[in-house]
Amino acid sequence: MMTRRIFLKNGSLALVSLGFTPAFIAQSAKAAEARRKILVAVFQRGAVDGLNMVVPFGERAYYASRPSIAIPRPGQGDGAVDLDGFFGLHPRMAALKPLFQRGELAIVHASGSHDETRSHFDAQDYMESGTPGVKSTTDGWLNRVLHAQEHEKASPFRAVALAPNLPRSLQGSAPALAIGQLSQFGVRGGGNSDMLASSFEEQYAHAADSLLRPTGSEAFNAVRLMKEADPTRYAPAAGAEYPRSGFGEAMKQVAQIIKSDLGLEVAFTELGQWDHHSNEGGSQGQIANRLDDFATGLAAFATDLGERMADVVVVTMSEFGRTVKENGSRGTDHGHGNAMLVLGGPIKGGKVYGKWPGLEPNQLWEGRDLAITTDFRDVFGELVTGHLGARDISKVFPGYTYKQKLGLLRT
Amino acid sequence: MQPEPSNPRPWLVVGAIVVALTVDPAAQRQASPSAGNLKTVSHVLNRVTFGPRPGDVERVQAMGVGAFIDEQLHPERIKDEALESRLAGFETLTMSTRELVETYFAPAQQQQRQRQRQNQQQTARQTPSTNPNPQEGMMMTPAPGPSAAGQPSPPTPEQQRAQQLQRAAQQELTESRMLRAALSEKQLQEVLVDFWFNHFNVFMGKGQVREYLMSYERDAIRPHVFGKFRDMLGAVAHSPAMLFYLDNFQSSAPNSGGLPPQAQQRLNDPRLSPQQRQRLADQFAQRMAQAPRQARGLNENYARELMELHTLGVDGGYTQQDVIELARILTGWTIDQPRNGGQFVFRQEMHDTGTKTLLGQTFSNAGEREGERALDLLAIQPATAHHIAFKLAQRFIADQPPASAVDRAANVFMSTKGDLREVVKSIVTSSEIMAPSAYRSKVKTPLEFVVSAVRATGATINAGQPLVAALQVLGMPLYGCQPPTGYSMTADAWVNTGALLNRMNLAVQLLDGGRIQPAGGRGPNGGAPPVRPGQGGVPGTGQQPAPGRGRGRGPQAQPFPRGPIVIDSSSLAADTSSASRDRVVQHLLAGDVSDSTRQTLARAETPHNLIALALGSPEFQRR
Repeated sequence: MMTRRIFLKNGSLALVSLGFTPAFIAQSAKAAEARRKILVAVFQRGAVDGLNMVVPFGERAYYASRPSIAIPRPGQGDGAVDLDGFFGLHPRMAALKPLFQRGELAIVHASGSHDETRSHFDAQDYMESGTPGVKSTTDGWLNRVLHAQEHEKASPFRAVALAPNLPRSLQGSAPALAIGQLSQFGVRGGGNSDMLASSFEEQYAHAADSLLRPTGSEAFNAVRLMKEADPTRYAPAAGAEYPRSGFGEAMKQVAQIIKSDLGLEVAFTELGQWDHHSNEGGSQGQIANRLDDFATGLAAFATDLGERMADVVVVTMSEFGRTVKENGSRGTDHGHGNAMLVLGGPIKGGKVYGKWPGLEPNQLWEGRDLAITTDFRDVFGELVTGHLGARDISKVFPGYTYKQKLGLLRT
Repeated sequence: MQPEPSNPRPWLVVGAIVVALTVDPAAQRQASPSAGNLKTVSHVLNRVTFGPRPGDVERVQAMGVGAFIDEQLHPERIKDEALESRLAGFETLTMSTRELVETYFAPAQQQQRQRQRQNQQQTARQTPSTNPNPQEGMMMTPAPGPSAAGQPSPPTPEQQRAQQLQRAAQQELTESRMLRAALSEKQLQEVLVDFWFNHFNVFMGKGQVREYLMSYERDAIRPHVFGKFRDMLGAVAHSPAMLFYLDNFQSSAPNSGGLPPQAQQRLNDPRLSPQQRQRLADQFAQRMAQAPRQARGLNENYARELMELHTLGVDGGYTQQDVIELARILTGWTIDQPRNGGQFVFRQEMHDTGTKTLLGQTFSNAGEREGERALDLLAIQPATAHHIAFKLAQRFIADQPPASAVDRAANVFMSTKGDLREVVKSIVTSSEIMAPSAYRSKVKTPLEFVVSAVRATGATINAGQPLVAALQVLGMPLYGCQPPTGYSMTADAWVNTGALLNRMNLAVQLLDGGRIQPAGGRGPNGGAPPVRPGQGGVPGTGQQPAPGRGRGRGPQAQPFPRGPIVIDSSSLAADTSSASRDRVVQHLLAGDVSDSTRQTLARAETPHNLIALALGSPEFQRR
């Protein structure tokens, strides 16, 4: 007879046999899971051009530096979507404007990692390990977040990456799952799947192996929970329309996991093809298409979750920004400062945070890039402490002292 | 296919098998001479090799464990014809880095440079070169399927071919490594290559490292695994792969950038004519220009890892000041034309000529010799001996190796001045490795799991790429460990819910023709859709397939109707009878499984399922 440990609302554990679960225990178990705080990290891999994503149309130098790829001012054809009279969104990100107006979207511009590297690999490594400049860190910042708040019997779905492999951010000793497709999570053996799955499950359940037995049992428990959540029948709520893309699919699956009350706390998704060294395009073209995917996915996620967004914060990041000046092939090269988006019910949105350093030549970093006035760890740190409730942020970002609280969260 | 084991007493072996098969299963599970020997021999094979193949147990039983270990400790005495003929078609394996770059990597680089030149010609005024590392701009991944970043239109045939070539070189490297692990008779050597590469880890995804990797493993690691530690250390320290990966090629003295004093003195010589002075100045300028463009001063990266990871260990008794001093000593250890597949070169003009103090020893201005002395010093430290002994004991005995075995091996290291053959011998012939507590004490890493599975089943490997893909699925992509610590060799890194499910699924896939696809495709640009090279050649251009490609190793070509990996279950299990189940348990699991596992095997509906259940079982995850 299979049993399952559940976490009751008062924090104690109960051992409950499946199939005989009294309804009220099932209810309170779900209730305990339901209002968990959730952080979703979205990585834009390849260094998104933050200046065309969150456009500083109030800067004269922006237009002087980008004769062919600048986004026109609001009101002009294909112009930016005005946010606050100085900054605007790329027009293909219009889906996010309502969130900004409702106060559920905040932006931290001129943010990122102060490390000087211009290598995609190194910079991504530093941002995911949470230790810029240090190459020997083996785990990721999100994994350390999990350690900052141990649960006695955490759900196997506590940390999930919607990706084929576990990203650097989630690597480490705290358990985390990488799932490419929810519907495929389990033992896949064609026609023999059931027999194989139940056979493997029994092998592990009775193994005299103090390491493999609990992990194996946990695996099959997770598979069963996922099956109960029935991912193949998922229908987004409130008419939310996710883009038909890898990113859209991933965000939809995060929403599914949340709504299935599987105990998710940390999720990770990513999207790429941001490295626009040539023909980046402006309001139309390559970056426009990518930003459409990005913004539509995020907006659909927020719509789909509806009132559950009260517990969810989404934070986006990219390893560095891109040059202010366009290059000779109507593209941009590796830069420095970038823009991070922060979405969710708990967010004090409707504002572009951070000190804007300006784009005049003497204001640029190394004479070519947007400078950084907010360290990415300040953004992450504020969310991890204020939203997830972690107490000791120094464990998550070793060697870093919290510099400034931006005030991103409603208290 | 493996050669017939030479066996002077075949009737004994046959007799043992007959006895094993006809003995009452209950009695067989108890300790009996043949069963005990089976467990012992399996254990040794699981430690000293990547796992037994059909017939290996019998061969070792016949020759004796001691003789077998001794044979493996001397690979120079072992014939490896099957592997050698298998690898004969891999053209890149014997190429120098320069040849490799010219043939396989230069076309893509040339195209990148062409595009950059076009960029610069289009600017009204000179844009500073904003992408000093052209390769960083493109997505190059260990897994197949790169694409050109930011391309507005589909790649031209030339671009496709250039990408194909780069991928071909990478695939020969990864595939040959899997084939060696699976097929080589020199098993202990391959186990140690895996160990030492991991110890001196470099990451294929970082820039030019992938161009230097073939030579790195072939010339700096493999030749030395049974040699002297100091020799391997030196080879690694001189390798472009390591110098690039840990940035030492850019490390220079803070005041370099101007001419070194001697050069300046020569220029100031009043006897020079203006023409002579100009010519000399040009020569110096040319030499300076060849120094890496981003030489910004001291880079401590390699110096730190050299002490922390490669020699002394994190508690080995060095200070931050030692790191700086060692970094100063190693300035000038760089690569000639680093972006072009160059070799090690020592550049005096980058070298810090001041006096340094490292671990209490003084190093005065002696050029490259300072670095050699520093390596000498590190290689003989007791902390180094202990660190290396610990890691080897961890690999061979247990995640927490017994201190007695570690100390003994460390003493051997010290007394033999780092003779790695003797150190390994002391561990693999120790009483600790044969103690009951060591039996199945290690969890297989993904590499060990995949290779032991194909070996145990006697799989025919028609194509090696699925094995490479399997490692990527299991989160241990070959040459794909980003931090210099290398992959963990302990259980906690590899045992988690997702990983176990992946292993079970892989077991099933292996039995189903082994059509394993790499998961997604990620690189710095995040999984851009892969360029499809087409079947063999580039269509419509009449071009030949990239060298060495014409044998169906691309993802589209499927010349193997039964699949790239074929496990012929008939030799192991002709059916799902009780006798077949016993054979599977005997040969795949050393006859040692829980009642539960044995019972689940009885549910298998096909021989393939039977074997898959064995390969995915908790017992098979251990060695």
